Amino acid sequence: MNIVIMGCGRTGAQLASSMDAAKHKVAVIDISTGSFARLPASFSGVALLGDGTDEEVLRKAGIEKADAFVAVTQSDNRNIMAAQIAKYVFHVPRVICRIYDPLRKDVYEALGLEAISPTTVFAELIKDQLEAEPQR
Amino acid sequence: MYVVIAGGGMVGYYLCRALLAEGHEVIVIERDRRRFQRGEDELGSVFMLGDGCEASVLAEAGVERADIFIAATDQDEDNLVACQVAKYRFNVPKTIARINNPRNERIFRQLGIDRTVSQVKHMLEDIEEQIPTHILARLFTLADVGLEIVELKVSADSPVVGRHVSELALPENSVLSLLLRSGEKPQVPASDVAIMPGDRIIAVTSPESEPALLELFSPKSPGSKNG
Repeated sequence: MNIVIMGCGRTGAQLASSMDAAKHKVAVIDISTGSFARLPASFSGVALLGDGTDEEVLRKAGIEKADAFVAVTQSDNRNIMAAQIAKYVFHVPRVICRIYDPLRKDVYEALGLEAISPTTVFAELIKDQLEAEPQR
Repeated sequence: MYVVIAGGGMVGYYLCRALLAEGHEVIVIERDRRRFQRGEDELGSVFMLGDGCEASVLAEAGVERADIFIAATDQDEDNLVACQVAKYRFNVPKTIARINNPRNERIFRQLGIDRTVSQVKHMLEDIEEQIPTHILARLFTLADVGLEIVELKVSADSPVVGRHVSELALPENSVLSLLLRSGEKPQVPASDVAIMPGDRIIAVTSPESEPALLELFSPKSPGSKNG
């Protein structure tokens, strides 16, 4: 599938490289060139410098033909804005966005965005691990 | 009216002062402690410390009884989220967002924001209006009905000079509404009025018809056959 990823931080870079390795067509957008150093040398997708909340930049990244869009920048609000542009302006079939703030995540889930809150996910994970029988 | 403003920078601060002076009830939410302190020192308890995108902060500000919510930070994405939380979580009837990127005007409207204000757009329009070579200047956008009000300047070499208003093949959705001629009172352009050089015409048109209207009033290039 064609996937556009906004944000080439640790999560974005890792997702980009594993999707690329699995033979998907990947374009990754970031506002700083330095972030692209996180991509492995084997990465065969597109790395695009620009602001992912800007329509023109998204078009250049191939959003019009994308099957999926993922927003994983450090800023919840930038992720929310870009995800909504992808979903409601470009009608990308699958849109996933990271929202750290669990309360904000609830608001946007109610509005129809598919959102993941690492805060909630990690807290749950750690809780499960603590409650599990310690392995000796 | 009760107005809640997210963002207490220069825009939020002066907006707050003006609204207070008009007798409105106002609260400004600012997340930066220094800006908050300055606002509180000068305007008192109308300033509140917090993130205007957070539902809990908006609840504390009593946003559910606000008549208008204004997002006036300098970040477009923050203004979008603040307005959406106010609108969809607290049902504020009118949300207004400040925007930097003029392209966001259409996107924000699509995403449910009632109004956007763009300084860049206003400045561009002001500049366009000042430049005499511009035949058409956009004065006002009636976003809700998809129309705009424009000003047309008639130059001496314009093909409409000497023609009657009724003779002009106006594009769809276009109406000549007002004729401004120096030394005369403003008048509604009657069909038998002949257009003169120097006339200024206020017209209503749609964004789609605007290029055709401009073409109609523009001097034909020397090589053109339909002069």
